[in-house]
Amino acid sequence: MSKLYTGAEIVFKCLEDQDVEYIFGYPGGAVLPIYDELKNHSTIKHILVRHEQGAGHAAEGYARSSGKPGVVLVTSGPGATNVVTALTDAYMDSVPLICISGQVPTHLIGTDAFQECDTTGITRPCTKHNWLVKDIKDLSKVMHEAFKVATTGRPGPVLIDIPKDIQFAKNNYVKLKKEKKLNEKKHNKFTENEIDQLIDLISKAKKPVIYTGGGVINSGPQASETLKEFVRLIGFPITSTLQGLGAFPGDDNQFIGMLGMHGTYEANNAMHDCDLLINIGARFDDRITGKIDEFSPKSKKVHIDIDPSSINKIIKVDLAIVGDVNEVIKSAIKKINKKQNGLKDSNKEKISKWWDQIQKWRTKDSLGFINSDKEIKPQHAVKRLYELTKNQDTFITTEVGQHQMWAAQHYKFNKPNRWMTSGGLGTMGYGLPAAVGVQIAHPDKLVIDIAGEASVLMTMQEMSTAVQYNLPIKIFILNNQYMGMVRQWQELLHEKNYSESYSEALPDFVKLAEAYGCKGIKADNPQELDDKIQEMIDYKGPVIFDCHVDPNENCFPMIPSGKPHNQMILGPNDKEENKITGKGKSLV
Amino acid sequence: MPSPKSAYSIPTKKGKLDTHIFVVWVDNEAGVLARVVGLFSGRGYNIESLAVAEVDATKNISRITIVTTGTPQVIDQIKLQLKKLVPVHKVADFKREDKKVIFKEMALLKIVAQKKKIEKCLKECKKFNPVILDKTNKSVVVQITALRREIDKMSKKLKPYGLTSTSRTGAIAMTRGAETFK
Repeated sequence: MSKLYTGAEIVFKCLEDQDVEYIFGYPGGAVLPIYDELKNHSTIKHILVRHEQGAGHAAEGYARSSGKPGVVLVTSGPGATNVVTALTDAYMDSVPLICISGQVPTHLIGTDAFQECDTTGITRPCTKHNWLVKDIKDLSKVMHEAFKVATTGRPGPVLIDIPKDIQFAKNNYVKLKKEKKLNEKKHNKFTENEIDQLIDLISKAKKPVIYTGGGVINSGPQASETLKEFVRLIGFPITSTLQGLGAFPGDDNQFIGMLGMHGTYEANNAMHDCDLLINIGARFDDRITGKIDEFSPKSKKVHIDIDPSSINKIIKVDLAIVGDVNEVIKSAIKKINKKQNGLKDSNKEKISKWWDQIQKWRTKDSLGFINSDKEIKPQHAVKRLYELTKNQDTFITTEVGQHQMWAAQHYKFNKPNRWMTSGGLGTMGYGLPAAVGVQIAHPDKLVIDIAGEASVLMTMQEMSTAVQYNLPIKIFILNNQYMGMVRQWQELLHEKNYSESYSEALPDFVKLAEAYGCKGIKADNPQELDDKIQEMIDYKGPVIFDCHVDPNENCFPMIPSGKPHNQMILGPNDKEENKITGKGKSLV
Repeated sequence: MPSPKSAYSIPTKKGKLDTHIFVVWVDNEAGVLARVVGLFSGRGYNIESLAVAEVDATKNISRITIVTTGTPQVIDQIKLQLKKLVPVHKVADFKREDKKVIFKEMALLKIVAQKKKIEKCLKECKKFNPVILDKTNKSVVVQITALRREIDKMSKKLKPYGLTSTSRTGAIAMTRGAETFK
């Protein structure tokens, strides 16, 4: 007979089988047997956070920057409910997470026991799948399956709820079988015929545009290389969603900037006027499409995605290719090189006029802003941060709001997995704990959270985690004392009624940094900005950088939602469209 | 309606609604029905009726039949979303007008009335395979099997004759002929 293990031991054996190195968690009554077992497994390091939401976001940061799934361990009741925001965030942005939660003993389930909640019920809509393990015999199988579900297809979070008595119960351990089929959802269903159709469309296009998303990042670093090869081969302009930034080099001439609500003039106009739109690993989110009826009205649309349910969900497409992005583009490249060698040159000729048009749009300089020598402009701060960090491999996380959009617009990413931001759910408070997770995965790299002062206060307690593990994360706060994006919408659309968007009594961030045991730096004039940023970069340890910026700056360009791509509001540099008309106002 | 100031997005015109019957084969495990039903409520899809029971005890498979309405795009989404659920094995989707598929629903009707009225009721039920399950001087419980629409009509019709309770199973479906859905 094989050896018997406790449930807690089985959990760790599974984690070891899956080569898990870090778990992010917070102990509590219902997970004590698992925490008790931790000491016997030296290859797995536990990162103690200060709030379970922080554990979830840290695991997300870890997963997105390393390509490995993030593992979270929380207790029952409040432990589980606190992690719900992070699970939902991971679900919306397709981040592989495995969350293990403790539960009250099986005989107490349903009795309103202390720290009991219906964890699988609460997390059902925000996970790919979840399990309540009521029998110790199922535990190892469920654990293995959980990793498989989280990491295959379109990745996402899963949760395993383990009652305390199951953690004590004993059973033998069933090892992970590498080729096991578990009610497997098949991916890569695409056919050669579909690739032929794609190439046919490519060869006929006169005004094409490629629109890439987070799917390219999730397909692995290789997919970004393949994408680069593909885009250079066919010579098309390429734009990216917020999540897709970094898959294609941001400073490349073929890259026309981010698209969507705060995308560039050239990217959005190209989307509107194109005759061929190739969506690679993106999902036609409402912040991208604007008004659906007038979305890219003249184009043939191709959608390449691993998730069949993303296809035709919002925008009807002419050609759908379901498969892993890397595999699909690879076969397209192969075919172009093999059969249609002439395509390369003929294509570039055909679309040269289109490129001329794009150059014209580019001259609008839609990301431009009026700089000042008295106040720090937030865009200027992000630009300086980019210039001073671009020579090293830098990882950027953000919170949610204006600063997030400025970071996306002005920080240029050249590699995948360097940009971690909450796009789908838009979770304020994401960036700081995410930076903790990124730094865990990349201990020697520079990790910066470009933050807003309102967002960062939501998860500020995780600075304590950063200090405990000596993680030299840099929190770069663009402090405008407002919930900036809320203020912007109120200014433009609600008659400047700044209802509750101003934060009175903000903390002194320098003193706060010192209280946590890290370094605080404050900058409030443009002349000292560079030196202070350099000071932040050079400091070996966590830093909170309080960058006081112009509180009235707005984030442009902007497509009011409910408007098509060619009706953007440009910034103050563009005099003709300085103001939103009455009609535009009502439609945002 | 006042003009929206910062409306999130303006709803676009809606397409024609079709009625569809989904048959979903799932692992019979705890919470599986909640997953399927939660998907419908969470994404704002309709459920007109729902019937579920285990159909294969050795393989542990349950068969769920859901009647729903939606635009073609929504129907497509429902199918694809259902297929993504881990315990779902396969999903069949039939239009209500589909001639190749049999749809049936069973109903139990309790009629409390005088003999004459009861007899009238039973006569009305005749074409729907009535089975009398219980009878007293003042009442009768009758089982009928019919299409959903027919049962709708019947319960309306029988109300004046003393129909007091109706219990319905929801539609179930099966393809005609020797073929089975794979």
